[in-house]
Amino acid sequence: MNFNRFLKTILLTEFFLAIVKAIKEIFRPKKTINYPFEKGQISPRYRGEHALRRYPNGEERCIACKLCEAVCPAQAITIESEERKDGSRKTTRYDIDMLKCIYCGLCQESCPVDAIVQGPNFEFATETREELYYNKEKLLDNGDRWETVLAKNLKTDKIYK
Amino acid sequence: MDYFYTLLNEIYKILFLIVPILVSVAMIVWLDRRVWGLVQKRRGPNVVGPFGLFQTLADALKYIFKEIIIPASANKIIFILAPIITMTLALVAWAVIPLSETLVLSNINVGILYLFAVSSLGVYGIIMGGWASNSKYPFLGAIRSAAQMVSYEVSIGIIIINVLLCVGSLNLNDIVLAQKNLWYVIPLFPMFVVFFISALAETNRPPFDLPEAEAELVAGYQTEYSGMMYAMFWLGEYANILLMCAMGSILFLGGWLPPLDIYPLNIVPAPIWMIFKILFLFFLFAIIKAIVPRYRYDQLMRLGWKVFLPFSLIYVVLTASFLLYFDKLPKGSF
Repeated sequence: MNFNRFLKTILLTEFFLAIVKAIKEIFRPKKTINYPFEKGQISPRYRGEHALRRYPNGEERCIACKLCEAVCPAQAITIESEERKDGSRKTTRYDIDMLKCIYCGLCQESCPVDAIVQGPNFEFATETREELYYNKEKLLDNGDRWETVLAKNLKTDKIYK
Repeated sequence: MDYFYTLLNEIYKILFLIVPILVSVAMIVWLDRRVWGLVQKRRGPNVVGPFGLFQTLADALKYIFKEIIIPASANKIIFILAPIITMTLALVAWAVIPLSETLVLSNINVGILYLFAVSSLGVYGIIMGGWASNSKYPFLGAIRSAAQMVSYEVSIGIIIINVLLCVGSLNLNDIVLAQKNLWYVIPLFPMFVVFFISALAETNRPPFDLPEAEAELVAGYQTEYSGMMYAMFWLGEYANILLMCAMGSILFLGGWLPPLDIYPLNIVPAPIWMIFKILFLFFLFAIIKAIVPRYRYDQLMRLGWKVFLPFSLIYVVLTASFLLYFDKLPKGSF
């Protein structure tokens, strides 16, 4: 052990320097945010909770083409459909098993009418499994609730598609 | 009737000591976590109550409602006894800590020996908990902890001898009063540093937290504990840390004395100075938790036996010869 190293060890130089450094760090700006009260930036392309959107006149967008059901790698989507009196084809059942879903975003990509989308919401934890089997009602409700954000995100992301 | 009155009076005095300590332990846990977070540029607990001050109370409430699990292969009696012993011993030691010249539960004339004896007993709680759990990790943790505490107690004992040589009394109030002109942190600075590091080891704080090294031993001797029993270990641990801070401030930082005996400083009540010094030492404890990596076990033992013990022994000789040569030995009082 050379003399310099010995001095350093015995005087605990680095120890004291580290304490000074730590005290300085205390007054630096924080890297974390106050999570439940403030939230971080989320990309418009973020793939969070699903939603079924509607046209501005209140008609649901989904045309029951079942492309999302076909493309879903986790087979989380189940769709049943029927023909309405006006000749349009609409879903009678649109279920997503959120526990199977892997949030890959393929359903959103495959949708020709931008009906099924994944919104920015990631705080949909529940206390029971059953609550995570989403049905059409729940998805449409999500769409109504998040519509402004969803429309804005789709518009922002359009140029990259 | 007279006897009954005395009993009530004593219980009142004990409650008056224990309740503030438990509350301050809760606050100190918050401070610890907060400082740790701030140094790492996090925010630390800041939601429950003002500045998150009630976080520990919320945690304690949670622990109370948790189920206490006693492993089937555990030795039930000792398993239950261990956290109780840890916590009781941590609190019992506070009986002799003077917060001012008069504000002390029992001003006994061998206060420092009592303190030393009780803090040595603390290892029993840990080793009982580790042994009674009857599983690998708690056992290894308890063995490590026992070895570590015993090793560092030796050097703490010798450091105390250094101070006692200068004071000439074992009474804690006398120790404080002897520092009226000069705090012992100045002439005995190397001993203060060694004491501080030994105190870290004694209370199983980082960088000497080997007994509960998460990566190796899950949570050491606490692994099998849950609910309120775990919380009692936790409380005992922090009460011990506070005790070590109090011991450090009495031995080296002049206890409840103001830094200088001049006008604006000496009208501040004595307990405030004492609390301030304890908090200062605890702040150092907390900062050090944030900046140091964990020691390896052989390094820990080497530091204890091959560095601190000889060093403090040499310092005893130095102090003694200095006092003898300059004829400064404390007189009378025996």
